[in-house]
Amino acid sequence: MTITLEKVEVIVVGGSTGGITAITQLLSVLPRSYPIPIIVVLHRGKNANSSLVSVLQRYTQLIVKEADDKETLTSGFAYLAPANYHLLVESDKTLSMDYSEPVNYSRPSIDITMFSIASVFGPRSLGVLLSGGNKDGAEGLLKMKNAGAQCIVQDPEEAVLKSMPKAALKLGAAAKMPLSKISELLQFADT
Amino acid sequence: MNGRPEFLVSETEVNRIIDVLLKVHGIDFTGYSRASFTRRVQRIVDRDASGNFGALLERLSVNSNYANLFINEVMVNVTEMFRDPTFFHALRADVLPQLKNLDHITIWHAGCSTGEEVFSMAILLHEMGLLKKTRIVATDLNSDALQKASKGVLPSKMIAEYEANYLSAGGLGLLSDYYAADFNSITVNEFLRSNIQFKQHNLVSDGFFGAFDLIICRNVLIYFQKPLQSSVVSLFKRSLNKNGYLCLGTKESLLFAEDRFAFDEVDKREKVFRKKGS
Repeated sequence: MTITLEKVEVIVVGGSTGGITAITQLLSVLPRSYPIPIIVVLHRGKNANSSLVSVLQRYTQLIVKEADDKETLTSGFAYLAPANYHLLVESDKTLSMDYSEPVNYSRPSIDITMFSIASVFGPRSLGVLLSGGNKDGAEGLLKMKNAGAQCIVQDPEEAVLKSMPKAALKLGAAAKMPLSKISELLQFADT
Repeated sequence: MNGRPEFLVSETEVNRIIDVLLKVHGIDFTGYSRASFTRRVQRIVDRDASGNFGALLERLSVNSNYANLFINEVMVNVTEMFRDPTFFHALRADVLPQLKNLDHITIWHAGCSTGEEVFSMAILLHEMGLLKKTRIVATDLNSDALQKASKGVLPSKMIAEYEANYLSAGGLGLLSDYYAADFNSITVNEFLRSNIQFKQHNLVSDGFFGAFDLIICRNVLIYFQKPLQSSVVSLFKRSLNKNGYLCLGTKESLLFAEDRFAFDEVDKREKVFRKKGS
């Protein structure tokens, strides 16, 4: 499978246990001038401070920041969903937060972010689901796929925990690829 | 239609709901952030519409009990005691000490939901010896949440977490000193609640009702689009005494408020602002 990045306006990457290492691998190959904003949703502790931002920042030339309410998606940035909020995208391409109940025991929930990306961006989005121990993100990817988005999961065989990518595959929501292949494909966006 | 609903509300349908709520029931949701609002609408539609959106809209128009229920459920009412312990720590260490020499302290909790944060504040004031001279007005649009709040009864399922939050916020005793526990609920002690007035107030349409030394409005602006955020901040500015404090949620800011220059940022991380003295 190949992916085409020409029309993609946002990339969303979700992960849980084992997801942080995987996301660093993806982000590390992308240049500062990468033309597509990236939204990262990782399951994290409730009162987590922002140290995850600086961890991710060490691996990439993109500017990593925790998403703020109503900020506009901009290329060159990787936006991390803040601890204890759901992250949504508005139709004017600003980010917004929601402090409603956890979904799949998670806040942020990957599904919630992907649902809103599916409805705002549809075919102009790309979804990636990485290692994780539950099924958050599977429904989200399916909704993205049904809205015309390109969807990929990390090959469960190489994931630290397989259930998240497996759940998405079971729904027929995505194609599977090893991380090395995903990062190779992501690099080909015109910079 | 049972099981997984495949019916997704469209933007047009959300607009029709907003229109009915405004024109028939006088409650204005036009300035709410659409992504979150649509999610809430979808939840209710999934449960109540049985795939028939027209019927739901009709019910919403003619049945004011249902409309009231809908309005209460379409808003996010999730709250916790001592949510973000570092914020409450900042209140204790930096904000309240600045107010302690006032003869009377007035506090407005805007968007208080079921009251967890208000009771947390009352505990803090009590431990600082300030409760008796403080008057707290706690407001929300949600009548159902307000009714719960005014009884001081909270579900107990998260109490272990509240205990931990309280301690990391610098609590001086045990949280259990402040409530009576029942089977699955707790009741906050009367003495903490006697200076709190719960009242209905809509930040969108209801205006000024008093002057305050401290306004707490956390995780409310996130549900508002930028212009509405701006008008609410203006209301806060008008409602604050000189040098009064405004506390927002961790991810919120004054960036989109016309009146942002009327405030100094006193704690960047905890989003504490202070109205300039001029």
